[in-house]
Amino acid sequence: MNTRTEAGPEPLTRATAPRREPAPALRARLRPWLPTAITAAALLCLPYSTLRLPGLFDGPLNSPATLQLLATCLVFAGLATSYDLLYGRLGLLSFGHALYFAAGAYAAALLMHHLRLPLAWSALIAVAAGTALAVLLGAVSLRVSGIALAMVTLAFAQAGSILIARDPGRATGGEEGLSLDTALVPGALIGVVNTVNLYWIALGYAAVALAVVWWLAASPIGRVWNGIRANEQRVSVLGLNPYPFKLIGFVVGAALASLGGVVFLLVAGGVTPAVSTAEFTLTLLVMVSLGGAGTRWGPVLGGVLYTYVDHRLVQLSGAPAFDALPPVLRAPLSQPLFILGLLFVAAVFFFPGGLAALPGRVRARWSRGS
Amino acid sequence: MSTFVLLVVTGLGLGALYFLIASGLSLIFGLMDVLNFAHGAFLSIGAYGTWWAAAHLPGAGGDGPGFLLAVAFGVAAGTLAATAVELGVIRPLYGRHREQILVTVGLSLATPALLQAVWGADPLPFPRPELVSGTLPVLGAAIPRDRFLLIVAAAAVLLALKAFGSRTRYGLIVRAGVQDRSMVTALGIDVRTAFTLVFAIGGAAAALAGALGGLYFGVVTPTQGVSLLIFAFIVVVIGGTTSVTGCAVASVAVGLVQQFANYYTVSGLGDIAVVAVLAAVLLTRGGGLVVNAGRTA
Repeated sequence: MNTRTEAGPEPLTRATAPRREPAPALRARLRPWLPTAITAAALLCLPYSTLRLPGLFDGPLNSPATLQLLATCLVFAGLATSYDLLYGRLGLLSFGHALYFAAGAYAAALLMHHLRLPLAWSALIAVAAGTALAVLLGAVSLRVSGIALAMVTLAFAQAGSILIARDPGRATGGEEGLSLDTALVPGALIGVVNTVNLYWIALGYAAVALAVVWWLAASPIGRVWNGIRANEQRVSVLGLNPYPFKLIGFVVGAALASLGGVVFLLVAGGVTPAVSTAEFTLTLLVMVSLGGAGTRWGPVLGGVLYTYVDHRLVQLSGAPAFDALPPVLRAPLSQPLFILGLLFVAAVFFFPGGLAALPGRVRARWSRGS
Repeated sequence: MSTFVLLVVTGLGLGALYFLIASGLSLIFGLMDVLNFAHGAFLSIGAYGTWWAAAHLPGAGGDGPGFLLAVAFGVAAGTLAATAVELGVIRPLYGRHREQILVTVGLSLATPALLQAVWGADPLPFPRPELVSGTLPVLGAAIPRDRFLLIVAAAAVLLALKAFGSRTRYGLIVRAGVQDRSMVTALGIDVRTAFTLVFAIGGAAAALAGALGGLYFGVVTPTQGVSLLIFAFIVVVIGGTTSVTGCAVASVAVGLVQQFANYYTVSGLGDIAVVAVLAAVLLTRGGGLVVNAGRTA
């Protein structure tokens, strides 16, 4: 490795400082934000549309069932983005992200249930608790890196998962989980007619997660993250201690995950121990790599797509058309995780870089062909 | 005194189970830098293979030599699965550690789902041979016999792995490859065959752990592999070194801590005590335990 020759001051400025170019015209500057604006506008208008998309959704877009599914998709889009902060932006392979999601959801549910705190206070304290937990555990876990970090975060998350499943003092509800205490939730968030409000909350969460991650990734901290992901040793040779930068990323990602937990509690109307398992973090990893790690839209795309396909496969496995299949096919096809797992293996082979890299690959092939 | 003996021997039995899983895991991790999430799948395949063979394979059964044949079938199934996984999905991604981890993640999600699709999610009763049912008195403590079987099997695997490492040419390549893979490659030795071999050996040990874990728990479930795998990960981190002996020591330590904490505090706290030990090791040794910490995925 030739870190020695590259450690001089010039490459540092070249690598970290933005290139100085003549100020582009306003139109050119707004251009990268066009997809964001279009997506935001479409998502904002969606609950007012009675459009039917047969095959995609059962009812019109503004029916409660569709909005509920879309809200779940948005929660996972935000959560996948928060996981990508660690995996895609910092290059940290954490297998314990479920812990902070579950911490947010369970803490909010418990505070409302036992202390009768109103929703806003419960949410605030739950996110603060999840963040504090991340400071503590992140400080310990980040003493190792690479695969050891993956194992350590997994171990901590497993301790949390065991704690939740054992149901200490009958607090967490064991296997059944906890349901949302409707007495303390504002009336506007309860009932089928108000599903649209849950949709707004989920959309708001996804927007917050995206804004925080995009903003941090573009900030000076984000440039150091980029360096850590590319070559951590080089960052430390340049005189920067990577540890606090990694800890910031870890804690921000976990804080967003615990906020996601609170939103999930509202959207799903409760929480079960399934969200605390290692398998749950693995599905987040699948979402992020399916969509494209470290890209602007990849995690969102992966989160929405995975959640949607998972939901539809569960529906399909109960469909009457399924009974006509021979048992050899029917049994595996009734397990969404089997199909999603195999799809993921295929995706790693055939779509490296995920869906976000797909347009570029198609374009490259197109230009090579012509 | 009898309680103490009971806890020590059962702790050793649990440690033996962890060693069977963790030894293959740490070899694969040390040699290939791959965190093999599919290892739990090999364990489940071994467990279900043994369970199936005991009921369906001609000549095999739940007792005596028939049970040995059933275990051999389960181990063979696990070994075959491991070899197929290495050749089919790990090897084509040679040198791309992150992708290699990702495909094992996909397999670790798909395999329990497939097992559940075929045999259901409910625990299935596992055959228990006459020889290892009941208890054996040791220093006034009544110890379940299957614990001894686990300890003997783990000791045999430990000795076999050490003999393989010190007596055979491939063992030498694997040992050297774990220490410094690039040096071995630079000497013109193809480490890929060693990869396949290590994967197959790891799969065999995990499948054996699955069969013996079935005895230990009395049942098999699709998710058993995943929960055991996580403790094996902890063993690998605490053991740190990529030597088989270090792995054995860490397995025994984790098994004993878990048993003692479970007995003297609330049941279930033992699992959390193991994680606390892991945190303590990381804090006091500053992560220096893990030889490969510098190498990232």
